[in-house]
Amino acid sequence: MNGPLSTATIVVALVLGVWYLVRTAMNRAPSNTDLWSMLALSALVAILVVVAVVGLFTGDRPADWTTFVGYLITTVAFAPVAVYLARLEPTRWGTLILGVASLVLPVLVLRLQQIAEVTGG
Amino acid sequence: MADQPTPAPTRPRDAAIGSGLGRVLLLVYGIFALSASARALVQISTHFSEAPLAYLLSAFAGLVYLAATIGLAVGGVRGRMIALVSCTIELIGVLIVGALSIADAVAFPDDTVWSRFGSGYGYVPLILPFIGLWWLWRNRPSYPR
Repeated sequence: MNGPLSTATIVVALVLGVWYLVRTAMNRAPSNTDLWSMLALSALVAILVVVAVVGLFTGDRPADWTTFVGYLITTVAFAPVAVYLARLEPTRWGTLILGVASLVLPVLVLRLQQIAEVTGG
Repeated sequence: MADQPTPAPTRPRDAAIGSGLGRVLLLVYGIFALSASARALVQISTHFSEAPLAYLLSAFAGLVYLAATIGLAVGGVRGRMIALVSCTIELIGVLIVGALSIADAVAFPDDTVWSRFGSGYGYVPLILPFIGLWWLWRNRPSYPR
Protein backbone atom coordinates (compact mmCIF):
# COMPACT_ATOMS: atom_id res chain seq x y z
CA MET A 1 0.00 0.00 0.00
CA ASN A 2 2.94 2.33 0.59
CA GLY A 3 4.77 1.62 -2.65
CA PRO A 4 5.67 3.96 -5.50
CA LEU A 5 2.22 3.34 -7.03
CA SER A 6 0.49 5.19 -4.15
CA THR A 7 2.99 8.02 -4.34
CA ALA A 8 2.51 8.32 -8.10
CA THR A 9 -1.28 8.38 -7.66
CA ILE A 10 -1.06 11.13 -5.03
CA VAL A 11 1.33 13.25 -7.12
CA VAL A 12 -0.73 12.88 -10.32
CA ALA A 13 -3.95 13.71 -8.42
CA LEU A 14 -2.43 16.82 -6.83
CA VAL A 15 -1.00 18.08 -10.15
CA LEU A 16 -4.34 17.51 -11.90
CA GLY A 17 -6.19 19.15 -8.98
CA VAL A 18 -4.12 22.33 -9.24
CA TRP A 19 -4.55 22.30 -13.03
CA TYR A 20 -8.36 22.06 -12.67
CA LEU A 21 -8.40 24.90 -10.12
CA VAL A 22 -6.45 27.09 -12.55
CA ARG A 23 -8.90 26.16 -15.32
CA THR A 24 -11.82 27.01 -13.01
CA ALA A 25 -10.26 30.40 -12.23
CA MET A 26 -9.92 30.96 -16.00
CA ASN A 27 -13.66 30.24 -16.33
CA ARG A 28 -13.21 27.17 -18.53
CA ALA A 29 -15.65 24.29 -18.82
CA PRO A 30 -14.06 20.83 -18.64
CA SER A 31 -12.51 20.06 -22.02
CA ASN A 32 -12.24 16.57 -23.47
CA THR A 33 -8.59 16.53 -22.37
CA ASP A 34 -9.67 17.41 -18.81
CA LEU A 35 -12.22 14.60 -18.74
CA TRP A 36 -9.82 12.06 -20.27
CA SER A 37 -7.10 13.06 -17.78
CA MET A 38 -9.52 12.36 -14.95
CA LEU A 39 -10.36 8.97 -16.50
CA ALA A 40 -6.62 8.24 -16.71
CA LEU A 41 -6.37 9.06 -13.00
CA SER A 42 -9.34 6.74 -12.39
CA ALA A 43 -7.44 3.96 -14.18
CA LEU A 44 -4.35 4.59 -12.02
CA VAL A 45 -6.53 4.46 -8.89
CA ALA A 46 -8.20 1.27 -10.14
CA ILE A 47 -4.78 -0.41 -10.52
CA LEU A 48 -3.87 0.72 -6.99
CA VAL A 49 -7.10 -0.74 -5.61
CA VAL A 50 -6.62 -4.05 -7.47
CA VAL A 51 -3.10 -4.32 -6.01
CA ALA A 52 -4.54 -3.60 -2.54
CA VAL A 53 -7.27 -6.23 -2.95
CA VAL A 54 -4.69 -8.83 -4.05
CA GLY A 55 -2.68 -7.83 -0.97
CA LEU A 56 -5.71 -8.58 1.21
CA PHE A 57 -5.56 -12.22 0.12
CA THR A 58 -1.80 -12.72 -0.03
CA GLY A 59 -0.19 -10.41 2.53
CA ASP A 60 -0.94 -9.12 6.01
CA ARG A 61 -4.54 -8.14 6.44
CA PRO A 62 -5.17 -4.73 8.10
CA ALA A 63 -6.63 -5.06 11.61
CA ASP A 64 -9.58 -2.90 10.61
CA TRP A 65 -10.13 -4.62 7.29
CA THR A 66 -13.88 -3.83 6.95
CA THR A 67 -13.10 -0.10 7.04
CA PHE A 68 -10.25 -0.75 4.62
CA VAL A 69 -12.58 -2.44 2.14
CA GLY A 70 -15.09 0.40 2.56
CA TYR A 71 -12.40 2.93 1.71
CA LEU A 72 -11.27 0.82 -1.27
CA ILE A 73 -14.80 0.82 -2.72
CA THR A 74 -15.16 4.59 -2.15
CA THR A 75 -11.75 5.27 -3.66
CA VAL A 76 -12.28 3.26 -6.82
CA ALA A 77 -15.75 4.75 -7.43
CA PHE A 78 -14.79 8.33 -6.63
CA ALA A 79 -13.13 9.65 -9.81
CA PRO A 80 -15.69 8.08 -12.21
CA VAL A 81 -18.53 9.73 -10.22
CA ALA A 82 -16.72 13.07 -10.52
CA VAL A 83 -16.36 12.61 -14.29
CA TYR A 84 -20.07 11.78 -14.52
CA LEU A 85 -21.05 14.93 -12.56
CA ALA A 86 -18.58 17.09 -14.49
CA ARG A 87 -20.10 15.92 -17.79
CA LEU A 88 -23.52 17.08 -16.53
CA GLU A 89 -22.06 20.50 -15.80
CA PRO A 90 -20.48 22.08 -18.91
CA THR A 91 -19.49 25.28 -17.07
CA ARG A 92 -16.51 26.34 -14.94
CA TRP A 93 -18.19 24.50 -12.05
CA GLY A 94 -17.77 21.21 -13.89
CA THR A 95 -14.03 21.88 -13.86
CA LEU A 96 -14.23 22.67 -10.13
CA ILE A 97 -15.94 19.31 -9.55
CA LEU A 98 -12.92 17.61 -11.15
CA GLY A 99 -10.63 19.80 -9.04
CA VAL A 100 -12.35 18.97 -5.75
CA ALA A 101 -12.35 15.27 -6.59
CA SER A 102 -8.65 15.29 -7.54
CA LEU A 103 -7.77 16.95 -4.25
CA VAL A 104 -9.90 14.57 -2.14
CA LEU A 105 -8.36 11.45 -3.76
CA PRO A 106 -4.91 11.90 -2.11
CA VAL A 107 -6.69 12.09 1.26
CA LEU A 108 -8.43 8.78 0.52
CA VAL A 109 -5.12 7.17 -0.49
CA LEU A 110 -3.42 8.49 2.67
CA ARG A 111 -6.26 7.12 4.82
CA LEU A 112 -5.89 3.75 3.06
CA GLN A 113 -2.18 3.80 3.88
CA GLN A 114 -2.89 4.63 7.54
CA ILE A 115 -5.40 1.80 7.89
CA ALA A 116 -3.11 -0.64 6.05
CA GLU A 117 -0.19 0.10 8.39
CA VAL A 118 -2.06 -1.24 11.41
CA THR A 119 -1.92 -4.98 10.89
CA GLY A 120 -2.88 -7.29 13.67
CA GLY A 121 -3.49 -10.87 14.21
CA MET B 1 -7.81 36.39 -35.55
CA ALA B 2 -6.55 33.86 -33.07
CA ASP B 3 -8.87 31.00 -32.33
CA GLN B 4 -9.96 31.91 -28.80
CA PRO B 5 -11.51 29.08 -26.81
CA THR B 6 -15.10 30.04 -26.05
CA PRO B 7 -15.67 30.81 -22.37
CA ALA B 8 -18.12 28.61 -20.50
CA PRO B 9 -21.76 29.67 -20.95
CA THR B 10 -23.26 31.60 -18.05
CA ARG B 11 -25.86 29.95 -15.90
CA PRO B 12 -29.48 31.09 -16.31
CA ARG B 13 -30.94 32.74 -13.21
CA ASP B 14 -33.83 30.28 -12.92
CA ALA B 15 -31.67 27.16 -13.24
CA ALA B 16 -32.11 24.34 -10.70
CA ILE B 17 -30.31 24.73 -7.36
CA GLY B 18 -28.45 21.51 -8.10
CA SER B 19 -26.63 22.95 -11.12
CA GLY B 20 -23.68 25.28 -11.47
CA LEU B 21 -21.91 25.76 -8.15
CA GLY B 22 -24.83 23.80 -6.68
CA ARG B 23 -23.51 20.67 -8.39
CA VAL B 24 -20.12 21.16 -6.73
CA LEU B 25 -21.96 21.49 -3.40
CA LEU B 26 -23.87 18.32 -4.29
CA LEU B 27 -20.57 16.43 -4.66
CA VAL B 28 -19.09 17.81 -1.42
CA TYR B 29 -22.29 17.15 0.57
CA GLY B 30 -22.36 13.67 -0.93
CA ILE B 31 -18.80 13.03 0.25
CA PHE B 32 -19.69 14.16 3.77
CA ALA B 33 -22.94 12.18 3.81
CA LEU B 34 -20.95 9.06 2.91
CA SER B 35 -18.00 9.63 5.25
CA ALA B 36 -20.08 10.65 8.30
CA SER B 37 -22.60 7.80 7.86
CA ALA B 38 -19.92 5.20 7.19
CA ARG B 39 -17.93 6.38 10.20
CA ALA B 40 -21.04 6.19 12.40
CA LEU B 41 -21.90 2.74 11.06
CA VAL B 42 -18.43 1.39 11.89
CA GLN B 43 -18.40 3.07 15.32
CA ILE B 44 -21.89 1.91 16.30
CA SER B 45 -21.43 -1.64 15.05
CA THR B 46 -17.99 -2.21 16.60
CA HIS B 47 -17.69 -0.24 19.87
CA PHE B 48 -20.95 1.59 20.53
CA SER B 49 -20.69 1.50 24.34
CA GLU B 50 -17.43 3.48 24.43
CA ALA B 51 -18.99 6.82 23.49
CA PRO B 52 -22.68 6.43 22.62
CA LEU B 53 -23.34 10.18 22.46
CA ALA B 54 -20.52 10.86 20.00
CA TYR B 55 -21.50 7.94 17.77
CA LEU B 56 -25.19 8.84 17.70
CA LEU B 57 -24.11 12.38 16.85
CA SER B 58 -21.99 11.02 13.97
CA ALA B 59 -25.03 9.15 12.66
CA PHE B 60 -27.21 12.26 13.01
CA ALA B 61 -24.62 14.39 11.17
CA GLY B 62 -24.54 11.78 8.41
CA LEU B 63 -28.33 11.98 8.04
CA VAL B 64 -28.23 15.79 7.93
CA TYR B 65 -25.62 15.73 5.15
CA LEU B 66 -27.64 13.09 3.33
CA ALA B 67 -30.77 15.27 3.56
CA ALA B 68 -28.87 18.29 2.21
CA THR B 69 -27.55 16.21 -0.69
CA ILE B 70 -31.04 14.95 -1.51
CA GLY B 71 -32.49 18.48 -1.22
CA LEU B 72 -29.96 19.83 -3.71
CA ALA B 73 -30.53 16.91 -6.06
CA VAL B 74 -34.35 17.10 -5.92
CA GLY B 75 -34.57 20.89 -6.30
CA GLY B 76 -37.77 22.84 -6.69
CA VAL B 77 -39.72 24.22 -3.73
CA ARG B 78 -39.51 21.01 -1.71
CA GLY B 79 -35.82 20.36 -2.41
CA ARG B 80 -34.98 23.94 -1.49
CA MET B 81 -36.86 23.58 1.80
CA ILE B 82 -35.10 20.28 2.62
CA ALA B 83 -31.70 21.81 1.80
CA LEU B 84 -32.47 24.98 3.77
CA VAL B 85 -33.54 23.08 6.91
CA SER B 86 -30.59 20.66 6.76
CA CYS B 87 -28.02 23.41 6.14
CA THR B 88 -29.43 25.34 9.13
CA ILE B 89 -29.30 22.26 11.39
CA GLU B 90 -25.77 21.62 10.10
CA LEU B 91 -24.67 25.18 10.97
CA ILE B 92 -26.19 25.00 14.47
CA GLY B 93 -24.77 21.49 14.94
CA VAL B 94 -21.20 22.32 13.97
CA LEU B 95 -21.21 25.45 16.17
CA ILE B 96 -22.72 23.75 19.26
CA VAL B 97 -20.81 20.47 18.99
CA GLY B 98 -17.63 22.34 18.08
CA ALA B 99 -17.92 24.55 21.16
CA LEU B 100 -18.93 21.66 23.47
CA SER B 101 -16.12 19.39 22.28
CA ILE B 102 -13.60 22.05 23.28
CA ALA B 103 -15.32 23.06 26.53
CA ASP B 104 -16.18 19.54 27.72
CA ALA B 105 -13.76 17.07 26.15
CA VAL B 106 -14.86 14.28 28.54
CA ALA B 107 -18.33 14.08 26.96
CA PHE B 108 -16.75 13.73 23.50
CA PRO B 109 -13.95 11.18 23.91
CA ASP B 110 -14.17 10.08 20.28
CA ASP B 111 -14.31 12.39 17.29
CA THR B 112 -17.34 13.20 15.17
CA VAL B 113 -17.37 15.25 11.97
CA TRP B 114 -18.36 18.31 13.97
CA SER B 115 -15.87 17.95 16.86
CA ARG B 116 -13.55 20.96 17.28
CA PHE B 117 -15.46 22.71 14.47
CA GLY B 118 -14.54 19.98 12.01
CA SER B 119 -10.77 20.36 12.38
CA GLY B 120 -10.30 16.69 11.47
CA TYR B 121 -11.83 17.47 8.08
CA GLY B 122 -9.89 20.66 7.34
CA TYR B 123 -12.65 22.82 8.85
CA VAL B 124 -14.75 22.14 5.75
CA PRO B 125 -17.76 21.18 7.99
CA LEU B 126 -17.59 24.70 9.45
CA ILE B 127 -17.40 26.52 6.10
CA LEU B 128 -19.79 24.29 4.17
CA PRO B 129 -23.10 25.39 5.83
CA PHE B 130 -22.24 29.05 5.18
CA ILE B 131 -21.62 28.35 1.49
CA GLY B 132 -24.77 26.20 1.35
CA LEU B 133 -26.99 28.85 2.97
CA TRP B 134 -25.44 31.61 0.83
CA TRP B 135 -26.10 29.53 -2.29
CA LEU B 136 -29.75 28.90 -1.33
CA TRP B 137 -30.19 32.60 -0.45
CA ARG B 138 -28.70 33.72 -3.77
CA ASN B 139 -31.02 31.36 -5.63
CA ARG B 140 -34.21 32.16 -3.75
CA PRO B 141 -37.21 32.45 -6.06
CA SER B 142 -37.62 36.21 -5.41
CA TYR B 143 -33.96 37.06 -6.08
CA PRO B 144 -33.87 40.46 -7.91
CA ARG B 145 -33.19 39.83 -11.57
